[in-house]
Formats: sequence, C-alpha cells, structure tokens
Amino acid sequence: MSTTVATKNPSPAPAAPQRPRRSLVGQVLARPEIGAAAAAIVIAIFFLISAPAFRSLAAVSTVLYASSTIGIVAVGVALLMIGGEFDLSSGVAVTTSALTAAITSYQLSLNVWVGVLVSLVVALAIGFVNGWLVMRTGIPSFLVTLSTFFVLQGANLGVTKLLTGTVATTNISDMDGFASAQAVFASTLTLGPLNLKITVIWWLVFTLVATWVLLRTRVGNWIFAVGGNQASARAVGVPVRKVKIGLFMGVAFLAWFLGMHLLFAFSTVQSGVGVGNEFVYIIAAVVGGALLTGGYGSAAGAAIGAIIFGMTTQGIVYAGWDPNWFKTFLGVMLLLAVLVNLYIKNVAARRV
Amino acid sequence: MTDTIAEHADRDLKAGAPLIEMSGVGKVYGAIRALEGVDLRVNAGEVTCVLGDNGAGKSTLIKIMSGLHSHSEGKFVVDGEEVTFGSPRESLAKGIATVYQDLAVVGLMEVWRNFFLGSEIRKGSYPLAPLDIKAMKRIADEELQKMGIHVKDIDQPIGTLSGGQRQCVAIARAVYFGARVLILDEPTAALGVKQSGVVLKYTAAARDAGLGVVFITHNPHHAYLVGNHFIILKLGRRVLDRKRSEVSLEELTAEMAGGQELAELAHELKR
Ligand SMILES: Nc1ncnc2c1ncn2[C@@H]1O[C@H](COP(=O)(O)OP(=O)(O)OP(=O)(O)O)[C@@H](O)[C@H]1O
Ligand SMILES: [Mg+2]
Repeated sequence: MSTTVATKNPSPAPAAPQRPRRSLVGQVLARPEIGAAAAAIVIAIFFLISAPAFRSLAAVSTVLYASSTIGIVAVGVALLMIGGEFDLSSGVAVTTSALTAAITSYQLSLNVWVGVLVSLVVALAIGFVNGWLVMRTGIPSFLVTLSTFFVLQGANLGVTKLLTGTVATTNISDMDGFASAQAVFASTLTLGPLNLKITVIWWLVFTLVATWVLLRTRVGNWIFAVGGNQASARAVGVPVRKVKIGLFMGVAFLAWFLGMHLLFAFSTVQSGVGVGNEFVYIIAAVVGGALLTGGYGSAAGAAIGAIIFGMTTQGIVYAGWDPNWFKTFLGVMLLLAVLVNLYIKNVAARRV
Repeated sequence: MTDTIAEHADRDLKAGAPLIEMSGVGKVYGAIRALEGVDLRVNAGEVTCVLGDNGAGKSTLIKIMSGLHSHSEGKFVVDGEEVTFGSPRESLAKGIATVYQDLAVVGLMEVWRNFFLGSEIRKGSYPLAPLDIKAMKRIADEELQKMGIHVKDIDQPIGTLSGGQRQCVAIARAVYFGARVLILDEPTAALGVKQSGVVLKYTAAARDAGLGVVFITHNPHHAYLVGNHFIILKLGRRVLDRKRSEVSLEELTAEMAGGQELAELAHELKR
C-alpha cells in the first residue's frame, strides 16, 4: 500500500485520548421519558394527598384501566411520531373499527369473529391509505390524516344511520362468538385483591413489544432514522416508504384493538364517539418525550403519558372537583411537557 | 489508515479499470435542465474530481450515480453493464457509496447506529431478528479508532460531533461496507484547514486502496491535492476534461473562476 499516506499519517494512535464514560446522570437524563416520569410521580403524590379515595386498590385498577384505553393507541402514535409523521384520524378510526365489526356481524348474522377480522382488514386499509397518500403525494401527514378524520367521522355517522336507522349499533351480546371475543378484548382478571381489566395487560404487552422493536431491531433503527433525517435514511438504503406506511398501519392496528375492546365491553357502539381522542394520544406521546419533529421519543414515554392522563381524569373525580377542569390541565401539561423535553434534550446533548 | 481501507477494499479492483462510464448523460427536473451531455469515467485507484460553481449540476450528477434520481438521457454504464438506478439500494448493491454534502448522517442517532444504518448486523434473518448491538458498537468503535477518528463516546448522538468528524464517520462507514466507488459531495466545504486535511487524507487512502473516487468540490486547491482527473461543469455542461498531466493548478483555478470572465471582471474593476 502507499507508504506516502501511511507514513504521513499523523493520527495520534498511541496517545488515543482516554474516553470518559458518560456519567450515570447524563445517561438517565438522556432518556426521552425522564421528564414524564418525574411529572407522573409528582401528580401521583398530589392526588394521594388531596384525594383520600385515590388511595384505594379500586382506584388503582380504575386509573390503570383509564390509562390503558389511552395508552394502547398512544404507543402506536408515539412510534409514528418518532418516524416523523402525525395521525389525526386515530380517534375516529377506533370508532370506525368497532362499528365495522358490529355492523358486519349483525347485518350478515355472522359469528362476531368474522366481524372482528373484517374490521381488522378495514382498519389496516385505512392506515395503509394514510401512509400511501403521505408518501405518494408528499402532502404533510397532518393534512392527509385531517382529511381521513373528516371522511371517517362522516362515514361513521352516515353508514350507521343508513344501516341501523339510529345513531348506535344494535346490541350484539347474544351473537355467536361474543363470549370468546369478550374474553380476549374486554375481560377482567382478578389478581388477589386487585381487579385488572385485560386491556391493562394488552397495553403492557404492546408497550414492551414496541420498546423492543424500537431499541433492539433493525426496523426500530429505521423508524428513528426516517423521522430524524428522511433524506439521509433513504440515501443509505433505508426503505423509507415501507417504514412509514408500516407505522401508519401500526396505529390503525392499535386503534382497531381499542375499538374491539369498546365493542365487547359495551356490546353496542355510539357512532359519534372518538372525536378528539386523536389529540389525547398525541399529547400522551409528546408528554412522554416524543419530539413533534420526529426522530426522538420512546414507547415507554407514551405509556407514562397515558398514566398521567389516567391519573388526572380519575383523580379529579376522586377529589370531587369539577371534571371540566381536565381540559385546562391538559393544555398546561402539554406546554410544560414540551418545555421540559426541550430543556432535557439540550442538557443531555451537552452532557456527554 | 491505508491498511484498514485496503482491508475492506474489493480484491478484484485493478487500478485503472473503468468502474463507471457515462456518455451524454443529461437530467431534466420538470422545466429545469440541470445537466446536459456529460461524459465521465471513474477508474479504479483514481480520483475523478468534479468542479463547478453553485448550481453547476455537481450534486445532480452524483445523485444519478447514487440512485437518488435517474438520468433523463444518455448512457450510464457500471462495471460494463448499462444501468438506470431506481433507488439508492440498487446503487449500493453495485458497491457505489455516497457521502452527501448535506445529508450524511441522522443527527439525533448514536454514532454506532449511524455507522450501521441501512446495513445493521442482526442475530438472525427473520423479520424482527434482534440487532447484534454489542458487535456493532465494537466494530464501529474499532473502525473509527483505526482511522484515527476519536469520538468521545460511541453512544453519543452523532449531531454532537464536529462537521469534520461527521464526514469522517460517513466516509469510514462507506469504506467499511466495501464500497468500490466512493462518491464525496463537497466533503471539505464546511471544514477548516486541519479537518479538510484529514478528509483529503482519507480520500487519498481510499484511492490508494484501489477504490474509484469521485470528489466533488468548489476548491481547485483541494482537488489538485488528490485528483487524477478533472472535470469542470458549468450550468450543467462539461467545459473542461483533463488528466492531471495535462493541466496545472493555475489553469484549473483560472478555469474554475471563469477564465475569460475573470479577465473581463479584472479589467472592469481596474479604474
Ligand atoms: N430536485 C430538484 N428539482 C428541481 N431543480 C433542481 C433539483 N435539484 C437541483 N435542481 C437544479 O439543478 C441545478 C443544479 O443543481 P445542483 O444541486 O446539481 O448544483 P451543484 O453544482 O451541486 O451546486 P452547489 O455547489 O450549490 O452544491 C440548479 O439550478 C438547481 O436549482
Ligand atoms: Mg451540490
């Protein structure tokens, strides 16, 4: 090999600077969910002090249940946001899924599992269309999914009215397969003195799977990359389009899952519900440390964001306050979260 | 440094063998003609420098080679086979690796994740196979050390490195993954003298290891330090194409600055 280059090589190889290990504080602070975890602890302490009823085991299961119904979809939304995109249709997609399953089973007098599967296909198709439109047209996902939001909202009401003549689906609790579907999507487990809704278990499973995918698999690497710098990711061979469409379909899958829970928990679905929940999922993800600009965040963070929501909605009730204040709390929480995340990200980036 | 590059270089590379040949290549973006009738050869073990002013079409030219855009006209031959790349994956599969001017790395991701992005090591080949994080960290660390790039922590976000270090990591990864053709888009544009020197040394080392290098730059001095062959683009057309033996640094500088135009400008400014 060329000796000219080798001999002129001034690289200070023998005197390679000893690398300081990153301090433990730095490592902990660098986790995206750290701000949310601190906030969750503060809020828990606050309600434990101010609302005596909050201290019971029954309250724990209620809070966990409320958190799970937000957290299941929020996990998918967090991944999507890490991938640099938004989904405003996730709230109504939950309702669309539940309606599709209920109406298909009832109108065609089929086993409810057929409805469940048809609904899954419909949900994944919605996710696919969202992702495909975003990638194909280059229109921001904010606008694409805003359109989907309106389309689905209208269709939920219109189709239900057309087929059932009312604003809700017919009760399907006496149909074939209902019991087994209810066991999967809406049962209650008794763990000693604690009654746990099965959605809590599912929420935990989805969060763990998402965390593992994000941090331990190639797809996870790609999700961070497409959100952090789409052009770079594409240039080194990351299949950007597939990753993003997959993320939209992931959100749709989780929305479907929650839709199934609601259907089998209540046996009937109101066609107008779900509107506004898309923001709750997004806020849970942001409170949990996901950057609005993509490339940063965690699934565990979204779970903590969901717990903050669960504690607050229920805590306000347990404390006997006017629940209308919840929305105000939401706004303040969101603003604080964004500020804290910004601050922590800057500190973490400097403290190496 | 040279040794590590040679270690990963393709053994079949023979100095002087043509890797990329373009003839009459052009590119139209809608109504904008960015490139027209460009001929270019990249040989193994040589540095082909592409010079030109802003908007000359340099980036467009290499985006064709790296599969980011496909050419609208002309012939583009890689390893003796005519191709039209539809995606960067196809180009990478042919051993063409590119370090981009503006999009070399994902700033918020760790150094080692950037190093392996798109070519991750996994403990299996099923869809959700876990990454071999330990191996990736170790290799990234070793490779960077060997090349004399000292990062404080392989776990730190790459955005916290200096511009020169980022470029070097991007070059190191391209070399590690066995590039046959290395394309560098203005790798020294944002760098100081010392850091430019480091990048230029890698460029020379890659050349000596037998890779074909395409070096894009504004700077004729940098080009002349490493180049074997010089091409100047102006408004999408090739206005100069010389071997090193046929052109001096002065000529190159004058041609880059616009030659005749510069003389006129000098006359105009002389009152
Ligand atoms: N994606 C695109 N769509 C439309 N026009 C483009 C696109 N990319 C480049 N161009 C145009 O093509 C011409 C050549 O651009 P190019 O980026 O290749 O120049 P360059 O030589 O790399 O310049 P610089 O030194 O500034 O990097 C410019 O006029 C530019 O505006
Ligand atoms: Mg350019």
